[in-house]
Amino acid sequence: MGKRIGMEVAIAAVEAVALCNIDVAAVYPITPQSHIAEHMADVIHDGRIDSEFITVESEHSAISACAGASAAGARAYTATSSQGLMLMHEILPIVSAMRLPICMANANRAVSGPLNIWNDHGDIMPQRDSGWICLFTENGQEAIDLSIMSFKIAEDPEVMLPCVVNIDGFQLTHMIEPLELPSKAEVAKFLPPRKPFASLHPDNPISMGCFAMPDTYAETVKAKETALVNSKKIVTKVFNEWAKRFGRKYSVVETYKSKGADTLMLTMGSMGETAATAVDEMRKAGKKVGLVKLRLWRPFPVEELKEAIKECKTLIVMDRAISTGGAGGPVATDVKSILYGEKKKPRVLNVIAGLGGRDLTVSDFVAMFEMAKKKKDETFELYGVRE
Amino acid sequence: MIEIRWHGRGGQGAVTSVEMMALAAIEAGKYAQGFPAFGPERRGAPVMAFNRVSDKPIKIRSGIYQPDVVVVLDPSLVGLVPVTDGLKPGGILIVNTAKPADELRKKLNYKGILFTVDATHIAREELGVPIANTTMLGAVLKATGVLGLASMKPPLEHRFGRVAAKNMSAMKRAFSEMKAAKAA
Amino acid sequence: MATKKTEQKKWPEKWHEVNPGCMVFAAGNAANYKTGSWKSQRPLTDNAKCIKCGICYIYCPEGCIQEVKDGFFEANLDYCKGCGICAHECWPGAIVMREEEE
Repeated sequence: MGKRIGMEVAIAAVEAVALCNIDVAAVYPITPQSHIAEHMADVIHDGRIDSEFITVESEHSAISACAGASAAGARAYTATSSQGLMLMHEILPIVSAMRLPICMANANRAVSGPLNIWNDHGDIMPQRDSGWICLFTENGQEAIDLSIMSFKIAEDPEVMLPCVVNIDGFQLTHMIEPLELPSKAEVAKFLPPRKPFASLHPDNPISMGCFAMPDTYAETVKAKETALVNSKKIVTKVFNEWAKRFGRKYSVVETYKSKGADTLMLTMGSMGETAATAVDEMRKAGKKVGLVKLRLWRPFPVEELKEAIKECKTLIVMDRAISTGGAGGPVATDVKSILYGEKKKPRVLNVIAGLGGRDLTVSDFVAMFEMAKKKKDETFELYGVRE
Repeated sequence: MIEIRWHGRGGQGAVTSVEMMALAAIEAGKYAQGFPAFGPERRGAPVMAFNRVSDKPIKIRSGIYQPDVVVVLDPSLVGLVPVTDGLKPGGILIVNTAKPADELRKKLNYKGILFTVDATHIAREELGVPIANTTMLGAVLKATGVLGLASMKPPLEHRFGRVAAKNMSAMKRAFSEMKAAKAA
Repeated sequence: MATKKTEQKKWPEKWHEVNPGCMVFAAGNAANYKTGSWKSQRPLTDNAKCIKCGICYIYCPEGCIQEVKDGFFEANLDYCKGCGICAHECWPGAIVMREEEE
């Protein structure tokens, strides 16, 4: 394997994408993604890869430019965060309906109102139903690995769907940590050039981005839904190939010290590492706790999650976002839904924490495990909000 | 695992210091994190930056609240910013200052382990600018022993190119000129 | 890069008949819809007055005016909707609009 070198995660993510021979990058800067936009511009300007960098005037244009490029057969990439992702919102379901394998990095950041540039998952949650494959990373190495894998997953002829890799803003993007970049040759072996199913070309005119009457639209929805649900097995296939080539194993749902645990905590994103340290401490003290990590958010890995939590009595679901006026956090709402029909299911407690970049320390996670023991009902908890 | 908090002012290179520290540690085969206090900054405003260095993989993604070491890059921050907040009992405070240690102790009401070095003066002489961030790296290495001086050479050379040698000299001077304050 | 042409049904009956991405592979099949059937006026050109400038061809919003033999211009009545812009723009007044019902 490669040598571990110190690198800022945002820079490393760009270096990883540069290894993937992208054709077009249309990126508009927004904190905390800005290092990605800047470095991608540098890499392309310096001629290190044969690519086009489109200096668009907004994120809406960024994703639109990527859509056009991808429709013409290019391997297209963009990156954004928070308000930028919200600005892309209307295009996201169009891109997935058009089955364009655009890959995007999202530096998770809170959504405005009030303006907040720090890490939470409030930006990706409103995009939940957009039909994109949605992956979460926990550390810088995963940001590199998943960025490269996202192209292979998205472009698979059985998938052909856009893919977003979530990298916690600041917490991960601005962190310098030891990372291994695969070599260009290794990535070339893993990721062949894109072979589009169809593309816009004057020699063979076709129409993309069409119109559907009420008598057809519902069938197109089922077609897209089926494609997204089926993509899970390709995600697993690509993960397994990565493990064989690079020695790092990923799964759509991962567990940490979950064997024999009475209480499990479900996390997504970098807070999982801090939670794992809390689990280590509590296990040392004899407490039967463990961790379940959701790596694939969409399509939701129903069977794998049910399998991971089948033995526990209490499941704490961590959300770093809220569905305002709804039933709590988006992850917990999905988890409760999929468990609804199960005869045997754990008590589910939803804890919403870390909003707007509020720090989650090891002791916070220990406190949440303790709180789970005492809490009787199953409503959601806004952790740490000063009353 | 050792946790270090750096205090500086925007533009003084505190973030570069933690970057050099992290890169040097990783180059030496250790695990490390280097990160700024996240958020908008401006020139001259008090900023903080952080390092974690460990022989084992670091699985913590939160801020540092109880550092083992606090480094103050700018003497004007003493008394302005609560630099000793959270410093672990038995922790180390390293301050860039020309003032005597006793005066610092009184000002901060601090009785713990204290090192001082006039890094600004060294930087002016060696680098021609009063930017003490690389100089102070020498003080941190001497006070903590977390890495050897030689480990700083590759990241400094990569980052500073032609002026790396001057930064190394400044760093080495701080390493040797740093003074350990008498116990309180 | 060109694409393979695949079978194009008028519209999918079952969900799995939807082309991926709802792509339409029949090139230029918008021409199958003869949209000129509801016009209430049609353009008539007097070639004696026509100076073959092509302004009518440029201004037609439908793009249905074509150059014909000897350099004159004619509207394709399958698609012409009778908007009258060609008549309005014609310098020598060679184009007049006539009621469709006549």
